[in-house]
Amino acid sequence: MNSTAIKVEGLRVDRGHRTVLNGLDFAIPAGAVTGLLGPSGCGKTTLIRSIVGVQRVKAGTVEVLGRPAGAKALRSRVGYVTQAPSVYADLTVAANLRYFASVLGVPADRGDAALDAVALADRRGDVVGRLSGGQRARVSLACALLGEPELLVLDEPTVGLDPLLRRDLWRLFHDLAARGTTLLVSSHVMDEADRCDRLLLMREGAIVADGTPAELRERTGADDLEDAFVRVVEAVAA
Amino acid sequence: MNARVTLATARRVLAQLHGDHRTVALLLIVPCVLMALLYWVFDGDERVFGRVGLMLLGVFPFVTMFLVTSVAMLRERTSGTLERLLTTPLAKLDLLLGYALAFGVAALVQAALASALALGPLGLDPAGSVTLVLTLAVANAVLGMALGLLVSAFAQSEFQAVQFLPAFVLPQLLLCGLIAPRDQMAGALEAISTVLPMTYAVDGMNQLARTSELSGDLLVDLLVVVGAAAAALALGAGTLRRRTA
Repeated sequence: MNSTAIKVEGLRVDRGHRTVLNGLDFAIPAGAVTGLLGPSGCGKTTLIRSIVGVQRVKAGTVEVLGRPAGAKALRSRVGYVTQAPSVYADLTVAANLRYFASVLGVPADRGDAALDAVALADRRGDVVGRLSGGQRARVSLACALLGEPELLVLDEPTVGLDPLLRRDLWRLFHDLAARGTTLLVSSHVMDEADRCDRLLLMREGAIVADGTPAELRERTGADDLEDAFVRVVEAVAA
Repeated sequence: MNARVTLATARRVLAQLHGDHRTVALLLIVPCVLMALLYWVFDGDERVFGRVGLMLLGVFPFVTMFLVTSVAMLRERTSGTLERLLTTPLAKLDLLLGYALAFGVAALVQAALASALALGPLGLDPAGSVTLVLTLAVANAVLGMALGLLVSAFAQSEFQAVQFLPAFVLPQLLLCGLIAPRDQMAGALEAISTVLPMTYAVDGMNQLARTSELSGDLLVDLLVVVGAAAAALALGAGTLRRRTA
């Protein structure tokens, strides 16, 4: 956990005339689950898009696994799961997995393990469009797992999932981290904060806190991480 | 570029098409129905049907593939799958050629069915060979597909994508020589028609109606159609941005 997977310096992103991210600086350690927490609309997705290299950036640098974000060499080392499930709704689960396995250049038989990991093994033959929103999101996640990436960037992967399934997915994230994968997981639900090794709290395009959940509690004197978040924001505003 | 990824993309696009039975039926049956309707409209006048029928065999693949591709690529953009693919090792050309291959195959089946009907029961008898007719039809399909792919970059919704058909394709249809011979048009219109790719797609079919061999004129038509398709694909690749605002 001592090396750095992502290093962001002076990152600024404008969309239209609005500045969405204004001079962010932070680092994310390798082999851990880092949570990117903040309210809807605070710039989480824009930051994630900058890290996977699909966002046009105004200023600053984003370094991922020692290379500039979006570098060609990173395309097989970084897995990205968008907030809206980006799989083909008119194909079966198995056909989606087969296609993404070909694109990633990995053996097609990894599909079964990926489906097991997201608890959808019994839905292989179903057309994705007939699955529920949460199931689609898990198919999308399974397609990213296929490549066994060193860095997995997940934009709100647990939205709308039943609590048991959510617990299982967080277990999966920690299993992956234990095997050396770095995970960056965004969420707008504060009760997921406690499941992360490290937290980045975000508000209005800025990082307002960066540390482990324990550090955050200690710093703010709040037991509950939601309270801690409120106190951090109040301290920034004061 | 990677042949494995190109072929996987073509297979995936064909699987999507295959899963949509109604679209497949429309793609394959509508040209046949229109061909039969045309035969009926000209009341069996072999000379007129011989000229217009063959030109239409060149126009159908262009129009249908333009429409299907522009909507398919728009879906790829709006569903987030394009953004996801562009973060993977997939090369843009893999995606574009995969589409070209898949819709080329679909166009071949479509053209084969429409030609079988026109050249069989409807008695169309072009001087050129069936192989050349099919080759030109598939080239036209790839051209339509490439243009559809290109314009999909400028559509934000399926409504807009569909409107590009009357905007981009109908003017070409009016000026390509199908409605009125080009040499009888006003000079300005004839000049415009020489820079529109469908003109060559239709002129090629006209050549095939008249001569049996691979004439120089036909070769020029084929080269222009293939060249325009390649140019549109290259421009289309330019619209697939890995980084967006």
